Amino acid sequence: MNNNRYVLTFILIMTATVAVLLTGLREATKEGAARNEDIFNKRAILTAIEDKLDGTVKGMSDDEVIQIFESDMQQVVLDMDGNVVEGKKAEEIDMAVERKKPEPNRMLPLYIYEGSDSKNYILSVRGNGLWDEIWGNIALESDLNTIAGAAFDHKGETPGLGAEIKDNPKFSEQFKGKKIYEDNEYVSVDVVKGGAPAGAEHAVDGISGATVTANGVQEMLYRGIQYYEPYLRQLKQSSMVAKPAQ
Amino acid sequence: MAETTVKEQEVKEKEPLFGPKERKLLTDPLNDNNPITVQVLGICSALAVTSLVYPSIVMAVAVVFVTAFSALFTSLLRNYIPKQVRLIVQLVIIATLVTVVELTLKYLNYPVYKQLSVYIGLIITNCIVMGRLEAFSMANKPWRSFLDGVGNGVGYGVILIGVAIVRELFGKGTLFAGSPIELFIIGPSADYLINTTTNSWFGWYSNNNLMVLPAAAMFIIGIMIWVQRSYNTKLVDVS
Repeated sequence: MNNNRYVLTFILIMTATVAVLLTGLREATKEGAARNEDIFNKRAILTAIEDKLDGTVKGMSDDEVIQIFESDMQQVVLDMDGNVVEGKKAEEIDMAVERKKPEPNRMLPLYIYEGSDSKNYILSVRGNGLWDEIWGNIALESDLNTIAGAAFDHKGETPGLGAEIKDNPKFSEQFKGKKIYEDNEYVSVDVVKGGAPAGAEHAVDGISGATVTANGVQEMLYRGIQYYEPYLRQLKQSSMVAKPAQ
Repeated sequence: MAETTVKEQEVKEKEPLFGPKERKLLTDPLNDNNPITVQVLGICSALAVTSLVYPSIVMAVAVVFVTAFSALFTSLLRNYIPKQVRLIVQLVIIATLVTVVELTLKYLNYPVYKQLSVYIGLIITNCIVMGRLEAFSMANKPWRSFLDGVGNGVGYGVILIGVAIVRELFGKGTLFAGSPIELFIIGPSADYLINTTTNSWFGWYSNNNLMVLPAAAMFIIGIMIWVQRSYNTKLVDVS
């Protein structure tokens, strides 16, 4: 019974059955899974502007999340010179893929939220933590200088230490009200080991025991927001020109 | 005496669906032969996914599903599986079921899927699953193998959830975080049942950061093994 022909036939039939079964299941769940992923990412973006929304992101239903993106969210894709790329939506950009491209070829997603009483620009940043990649969404106020909110996530930082950038809401809350420009000079926000001086406009407290992750956040913010700088400058200039006319 | 012989005869004749032997298959792994505390298998995921209760429950359900059905399928095929490739066949059965779990979870609950990440896939390498297939299912009938699989999966899951309750309660002050019935037990704001900022009894309390780290699970499992052995002295090595 256990000759080679039998073994081969058994393996072939088994592999074919399993392949058909799993392909079928994957096809059947594909659409739902893609929708789940989409909503998961959208929630992450909304977390950065949670203050501006009615209620918490957690308490929102999936439909409400989609509703906000359809009615109040403008999705723009930028190239590295700050020009808008026509015909593309921000949600089509995968930061993990962009990060592997050479710098001049990358594209940047930009979400512009226009709520009832606020206009926010949400920038996506991505960098390295201690173990693996970290990323985040930074919302700017309409002055393009003050940070309205920030939300971070990570792939594999240590729970209780580096993972606090996501798990501890106090960390991301510190970024609210910080400024990325000092007298029109780009400086970003530093994450300071041992605590930022009181009232600092460009610094937040680090996390004890997670210096490497904190440095990663600082580096990610500096570089990531800088990519958007050409666009931010253009936008500022055009609004300055427009203002006297009003 | 007469009664027992009659019962044994019945077992041989009819193989009841749920006799004492079957019950033993289910209950043995819960205590006397627990995969984690006695056999010390499946420790990797027990340390890694137990920081929150809700993902642990999902993980436990996933493992019960995989152990039960891989045992069932292996047992059904046991007379046809060529001996030379039996380990590969078992592995394919396990891997298929784990992929089914992964796809289903991605479809039903994406946030938990994200949270468990690689550990769902790593059920494939969980020694409990393959250990039971090789030791039990290859030599027993489908129904008993299925019960043995359920028993071992539940034995693993109970420890997992126990560890997670301790870790989440003392590490974060919540229970079932991330699920629809999240409970806030103890913490420094009005959302919590015991508010440490106003309650005069618990003003000193703060969350234990060690509990969030995987190392805490090792201590908790160690304590569980100790407690279990002090109650159940037949588990203690005489040497």
